[in-house]
Amino acid sequence: MTWLLRNSDLVTDLLVEHVWLALVPVALGLLLALPLGWAATRVPWLRFALLSSAGLLYTIPSLALFVSLPVVLGTRILSPLNIVVALTLYTVALLVRSVADALDAAPPAVLTAATAMGYRPLRRFVAVELPLAVPVIVAGLRVAAVSNISLVTVGSLIGIGGLGELFIVGFQRDYLTPLVVGLVGTLALALVIDAVLLLGGRIATPWARTGAGP
Amino acid sequence: MGADGGGPMTVLAELVGWFSDPDHWSGPDGVPIRLLEHLEYTGLALLLACLVAIPLGALVGHTGRGALLVVGAANALRALPTLGVVIMVVLLTRIGFGPVLLALVVLAVPPVLAGTYAGIRAVDPMVVDAARGVGMREREVLLQVEVPNALPLILGGIRSATLQLVSTATVAAFVAFGGLGRYILDGLSVRDFAEVLAGAVLVAALAMVLDLALAGVARLVVSDGIRAPRGRARSSV
Repeated sequence: MTWLLRNSDLVTDLLVEHVWLALVPVALGLLLALPLGWAATRVPWLRFALLSSAGLLYTIPSLALFVSLPVVLGTRILSPLNIVVALTLYTVALLVRSVADALDAAPPAVLTAATAMGYRPLRRFVAVELPLAVPVIVAGLRVAAVSNISLVTVGSLIGIGGLGELFIVGFQRDYLTPLVVGLVGTLALALVIDAVLLLGGRIATPWARTGAGP
Repeated sequence: MGADGGGPMTVLAELVGWFSDPDHWSGPDGVPIRLLEHLEYTGLALLLACLVAIPLGALVGHTGRGALLVVGAANALRALPTLGVVIMVVLLTRIGFGPVLLALVVLAVPPVLAGTYAGIRAVDPMVVDAARGVGMREREVLLQVEVPNALPLILGGIRSATLQLVSTATVAAFVAFGGLGRYILDGLSVRDFAEVLAGAVLVAALAMVLDLALAGVARLVVSDGIRAPRGRARSSV
């Protein structure tokens, strides 16, 4: 406890870094996955191509991806950008499927009704299809956010890892306290973000809470 | 690599150079030995995890008791930083191989457990009823009806666990473990980026080959009568 008090500045800095490294990719990943997932529902071969490459990408262990990206991106090997890009790729890989599945699940009658009411395709997508897809997309976002928070710590092996850097401190000084602070902090962060996303999803779908409806 | 100011082509040439150097293919730090170490950690941990998780998952799926625990464990694992767990085990026990292997097993159990449980649960209750109707005992129902029907999802769980293990075994190189992660971490510490990249390529290739092999196994052992419910088990190809 005294260690935590003496090092509260360090821990706070690492926590902030951790949140950035984990959540910026979630936001970027969602922005990319929405159009890709939409395209996947329209073009069958694109769906196959996207989902296969997503599966392939997912098999690459995180540390391997972190250290390979500098070659592709031309970034420095210790740049935080590698981690942000790697986690964005994982997030897109995960969310493309969620978005495509969610859009597929929209009841055809609802879509026909929207078209009959004069919604053009773009507006229909934004005002009808997307809101209906929110629950499934939020479920995907929660998985992505939680695994990103855990994966950020692997970055500590290349020098940027948020609270994961405390694991390294603990190992090098043969001292359990920083390690436990890092572990508990990472788990707590995952728990909080998961709860926030769950709550956000509920707020975004008020119709889901009104029971079976009239 | 970027830090050295070399372009992608230089890096590629260095990578080819690294792989064509015969020194990197022999001795205790050679690719064959490191690859075998990595396979040993992954295979051993996977085997032990399956021995624990498949019977337990089958039991929970069959009886319906403890389901919350199984689902909870699978979710909690996703948040658990594997590097932290591995380092903690080393700090607590002071000895290398056994405890770290145990940590790998613990990390591999939840995916297999969740897959087995979900697979057994997803078996059509009518099928189970029919099996009881023709006079099968509970044991027979589980082993001859539920498990074969659940096989796609069980194998899906094993595939997730395998990827998790290959990845965690890489990270475990940090605590003086062998395996392919050594190249990445040793390369980083002496700024030999060709070695780092060679390690990354080897690890990624190993993960893909194992994943494909398990997909092949799934095709072989899953009965033609059942394809995964809505193609779920093939979903991560």
